[in-house]
Amino acid sequence: MSTDNLSSIILTLVTFAPLAGGLLLTLLPRRDRDIRIFALVISLLTFVLSLHLPVYFHRAQTDFQYQIDKQWVSTPNIHYHMGVDGISLWLVVLTTFLTPLCVLISWKSIHERVKEFFILLLILETALIGVFTSLDLFLFYFFWEATLIPMALMIGIFGHERKVYAAVKFFMYTMIGSVFMLAAILWLYAHTGSFDFVVIRDQIASGAVAKFPGAAQWLFLGFFLAFAVKVPLFPFHTWLPDAHVEAPTAGSVLLAGVLLKMGTYGLLRFNLGLFPEQSRHNAWWVMTLALIGIIYGALVAMVQPNMKKLIAYSSVSHLGFVVLGIFSFTQAGLNGAMFIMLAHGVSTGGLFMLAGILHERRHTYEIVEFGGLASPMPVYAASYLVIVLASAGLPLLNGFIGEFLVLSGAFQAKAVYGILGATGVIWSAVYLLWMYQRVFFGKVTHPVNNSLSDLSGFEKMAIWPCAAAALVMGVAPIVWLGAIDPAVQAALTPFARVASRMVGQ
Amino acid sequence: MIVIATFAPAFSQTLPQSADYVRILPELVLSVFGMIVMLLEPVLDEGKGQKILGLIALAGTLAGIGATWFMAQSPGLAFWNMVQVDGFSVFFHVLVIAIAAVVILTSYEYMAVQRIRAGEYYALILFGVVGMALMSSAVELVLIFIALEISSISSYVLAGFRRHEAASAESSLKYFLLGSFATAFFLYGVALMFGATGSTNIDQIGRMLRAGAIPLLAFVAVAFLFVGLGFKVAAAPFHIWTPDVYEGAPAPVVGFMSTAPKAAAFAVLLRIVFVINVPNTFWLIWISAALSMTLGNVGALVQNNVKRLLAYSSIAHAGYLLVAFAAAPGLGTSAAMFYTAAYAAMNLGAFAVVSHFAGAGERYVTLEDYEGLGRSSPLLAAALTIFLLSLIGIPMTGGFFAKFYVFSAAVKANLIGLTIIGVLNSGVGAYYYLRIIVMMYMRESRKEVPVTPVPFALRLALAACIAATIYLGVFPSRVLRYAQDSARQLVQQSPPEIPSSASVSTVPEIL
Repeated sequence: MSTDNLSSIILTLVTFAPLAGGLLLTLLPRRDRDIRIFALVISLLTFVLSLHLPVYFHRAQTDFQYQIDKQWVSTPNIHYHMGVDGISLWLVVLTTFLTPLCVLISWKSIHERVKEFFILLLILETALIGVFTSLDLFLFYFFWEATLIPMALMIGIFGHERKVYAAVKFFMYTMIGSVFMLAAILWLYAHTGSFDFVVIRDQIASGAVAKFPGAAQWLFLGFFLAFAVKVPLFPFHTWLPDAHVEAPTAGSVLLAGVLLKMGTYGLLRFNLGLFPEQSRHNAWWVMTLALIGIIYGALVAMVQPNMKKLIAYSSVSHLGFVVLGIFSFTQAGLNGAMFIMLAHGVSTGGLFMLAGILHERRHTYEIVEFGGLASPMPVYAASYLVIVLASAGLPLLNGFIGEFLVLSGAFQAKAVYGILGATGVIWSAVYLLWMYQRVFFGKVTHPVNNSLSDLSGFEKMAIWPCAAAALVMGVAPIVWLGAIDPAVQAALTPFARVASRMVGQ
Repeated sequence: MIVIATFAPAFSQTLPQSADYVRILPELVLSVFGMIVMLLEPVLDEGKGQKILGLIALAGTLAGIGATWFMAQSPGLAFWNMVQVDGFSVFFHVLVIAIAAVVILTSYEYMAVQRIRAGEYYALILFGVVGMALMSSAVELVLIFIALEISSISSYVLAGFRRHEAASAESSLKYFLLGSFATAFFLYGVALMFGATGSTNIDQIGRMLRAGAIPLLAFVAVAFLFVGLGFKVAAAPFHIWTPDVYEGAPAPVVGFMSTAPKAAAFAVLLRIVFVINVPNTFWLIWISAALSMTLGNVGALVQNNVKRLLAYSSIAHAGYLLVAFAAAPGLGTSAAMFYTAAYAAMNLGAFAVVSHFAGAGERYVTLEDYEGLGRSSPLLAAALTIFLLSLIGIPMTGGFFAKFYVFSAAVKANLIGLTIIGVLNSGVGAYYYLRIIVMMYMRESRKEVPVTPVPFALRLALAACIAATIYLGVFPSRVLRYAQDSARQLVQQSPPEIPSSASVSTVPEIL
């Protein structure tokens, strides 16, 4: 097949390959090993397919690419409209990159209901990719809600002690947040006659919503609430630590790595894309919440006795950076926000896997239970160090690039945002390195830890790609930013207009 | 004088024509099969007879659907403008008859397990369906009343079929007493409407009311009609009976009662609201919808009995459906029609699972009994999960599009307040449905609950419900387009209401 033909269906293939694999998996007999291998093959295949996207991506072009637009339901006018730009492109690849790693990390740790687990994982992958590729608001909402069930089931069935509480809390928070988005989408449809993102964006730009006084603000809030819960932005973050602590490792990896990005992606695509003026008006309090999230998340992370909870709160802090960058409306800020989304996906995904590996050996996440692990598990300690440093934002690793860009964007917007945000970088170094020191350095405090085995082959295969990606992203960020930058520029054009209009007044 | 004027056209025609009979063919076919069941019942051997009667009844429903196809070929009025065959009535005919078929399949094994030996069970279902089918095609208030009574009386008896259980007798008696009270309201409304307009024909009433000033009596009449029908669809504040009746009645019958008579009553309500189109019914419906959604969902949150939980959930769903009634005629009608179909598929399915799992004497109906069902019977658990997800309104299921259409009709009619109440309620509602899923998959069973293998008839019923739920969730267009076409026919009789939002004129004709 020529690449042109492939390009026209590639998004459909990438999105639905995992689902097809999941359905095939239901037919396989319950031989755990076969099921694991099959899931791995499917997820790797999806990853390879998804590499087509960046390879044939036209970087200079700001439009949506690989578009497919077919009518799905005639009444109401719902289209199967998919496409990616520089913003969603990498999030798709991030999803397909993390899923095979999730399969690998679950190889040994999931030994009951193996079949169900991998089916859920593959269904979840389809829903996640769908969220990033849909350009029809209805389709987007469809995938958005579809991510809920497999994730909630994964937490609720395969999680730890308080799994049911965490699963229900996760489900209810997100569900109630997203019904407001549904109301907003329905309103937009009623007044524009379309669910198509591009059509709605153009209609809003030409004043379709402006003639209803106050409507745009409510719509902005409707979308915002759904996304803020997902990010999670302070004060909607309380579901996150519970969900993370109780989720199985693979669940945590996808939750932190991709699900949270659905929120920030939504803010960037829909809140900024559809309501530039409202975004400007509301930026001050959104940025304030983001700053509170950065600092509060970091401070709470610092005092966590539980490693997984610490990482969870560090996510609150890091995602605060993303929101700060997005609402700075500067090119540097948005580029940085996008880059943190990817970097955080890789490094926090890695951290959760590493925490999961410890839990498998000791069945606890309590930091005091460990100490001096560097001597029994040298390879593990070294891998952990790379990922911790990436997460803390050491130059030459991926965390640094994003944080630097976001902070410079925040400074441009208002110096005080930049200054306060910058403290977050310090905090993150404090809590991460302190945790690292307590877990790995010194003498082995608990004799049982002396006999812990180092990384197994599967674990290496899961962790090292993360560490490698962290390094490559830190050294050659231009590979990613090259595609992100034009899309971000395009996303910012309405702001230039808004700004010039404000100056004109 | 007035009576003669009303029925004057009747005398100009002579006897009913054969076309008249074709237009009530499904009702005739179903009645005949019902009578065959009644006649055969005493002749047949008690043990085997049950199954044969069930098969006959099933054949009756299939023949009924075939007859509906014939009926659909000759649309128009029949029996002196008392019956109208249009897309709308065909839709509801197919729906209620299909519901009956699934209920018969569900009851097939249930009756043996519960040791209920009575052939008239199947006959009553068929007769009930006759009434419901007639309700959807009747356009004359007295005939609607008669059809309503036919369907109600069958339901009263069906509710009491677990004769050895006090709860079932209580259920039947409560349903009967309150139901008669409500039908009396309906009848009173008919009488007042006749007094106000001099007619009992829906079209004529609508024309009369549009022509001149509306007498106060007409408002009162519509309110009374709404009370009567509000009871039948279990809309708040006429919903109090629902949990008790649903708890006591046999589970397959509850599946039946919560879908078929409701669909029929909604059909009547649609005709009354959108064809008679008395102004100011809007607030009546608005309040009832908001109350039903809220009380239903809040009530369901604290239930521990699955049947009661589903009873409260059905109140909430009646509320969602009423939201469509508050919207503009065209959109609202098609959204409501789609909703009744989707709701029927998922709710019937849920009750099919409940009725099998309950076991002899319906012993296992609390939430705790469902613990660990995901392990002990993956098939039942998976089926119930699909239905519950559809009741929540998760994408890929009929319940999602149903809610979606209703709320988009409401938004289009600028009912933002009601829509917000609705979407919030569906968020709250997710919690209690989810609780059942949690019980099934995330808890280990603490009690010994026997799970018998799923019999073939029930498998068939579940497969039908799952297929319908998924079909409506993935390819909703066909059914919706049909609903829209028939809704357009229905509201053509009344002038289109101008939607309150000004910008609608810029919107292409899509919904």
